[in-house]
Amino acid sequence: MARVVVDVMLKPEILDPQGQAVNRALPRLGFDGIVDVRQGKRFEVELEGPADEAALARVREMAEKLLANTVIEEFRVRVEG
Amino acid sequence: MPARIGVVTFPGTQDDTDALRAARLVGAEPVALWHRDPSLHDVDAVVLPGGFSYGDYLRCGAIARFSPVMESIISAAREGLPVLGICNGFQILCESHLLPGALIRNAGTLFINRDVRLRVESTGTAWTSDYAVGQEILIPIKNGEGKFAADEKTLDELEAEGRVIARYVENPNGSARDIAGIANAAGNVVGLMPHPEHAIEELTGPYPGPATDGLPFFTSVLQHLLNPELVDA
Repeated sequence: MARVVVDVMLKPEILDPQGQAVNRALPRLGFDGIVDVRQGKRFEVELEGPADEAALARVREMAEKLLANTVIEEFRVRVEG
Repeated sequence: MPARIGVVTFPGTQDDTDALRAARLVGAEPVALWHRDPSLHDVDAVVLPGGFSYGDYLRCGAIARFSPVMESIISAAREGLPVLGICNGFQILCESHLLPGALIRNAGTLFINRDVRLRVESTGTAWTSDYAVGQEILIPIKNGEGKFAADEKTLDELEAEGRVIARYVENPNGSARDIAGIANAAGNVVGLMPHPEHAIEELTGPYPGPATDGLPFFTSVLQHLLNPELVDA
């Protein structure tokens, strides 16, 4: 079994009001020196078999089709382990 | 025989009853469609109503887009079936790539629930022909993720092709270029964040009025079904 992680983030040019809200809250809690915060999603995909090239290609396909909306988001696929 | 207007119910849909009521009020035959049933039951037009389909899990509209009924609607829309997506329905149409762009979290992160003034920008669609260009109308919005976003090239194309159908008079949520609704190139598919189905009767529409500014969306599609050639997006 292998675990593949898909990170989905809003594209840099898309404003992230949730990240901004977190960013604004941090100084109030005493966390200084923060320039920016952006919020995203992390998917942990458990594979039946090994994370070989074919399996990763399928994960990229599912990220493209469902996990991310590539109009506004970008994604990164990596094997964890 | 009256035109048949189908309204889809997904798990989490809220405004299907109001949309069915709007269809009935303009003289159409309302037809309830179910997310798991791929049959469109010979409807002449479809409304994708507001709500939180599939709990808005993943992204608003992302799961609904792959439901059996949507597979049928996507094919039929490409063949010219009039489809109006309201709020969550607009989000589903964007996730389906029947309309460009996406709806993202409102600037300020707040859920906004109030009546807003819109300016009608295009009457060359199946759903807006009974308005006048430049007409200001009062329609409720209620959403947390209603900010329209698209890249500059897409926005320029929408403007150049007259596919922005309505703009906010005062932008409530940071939508790009004040856009409240858009159409596809053929003009049969329209997405709108505000809710015309909540502005169809004196008793329940915006107060103080005008209370029934949403009705022409539904009368327009009846006109379109009688005279499809009038649409010139």
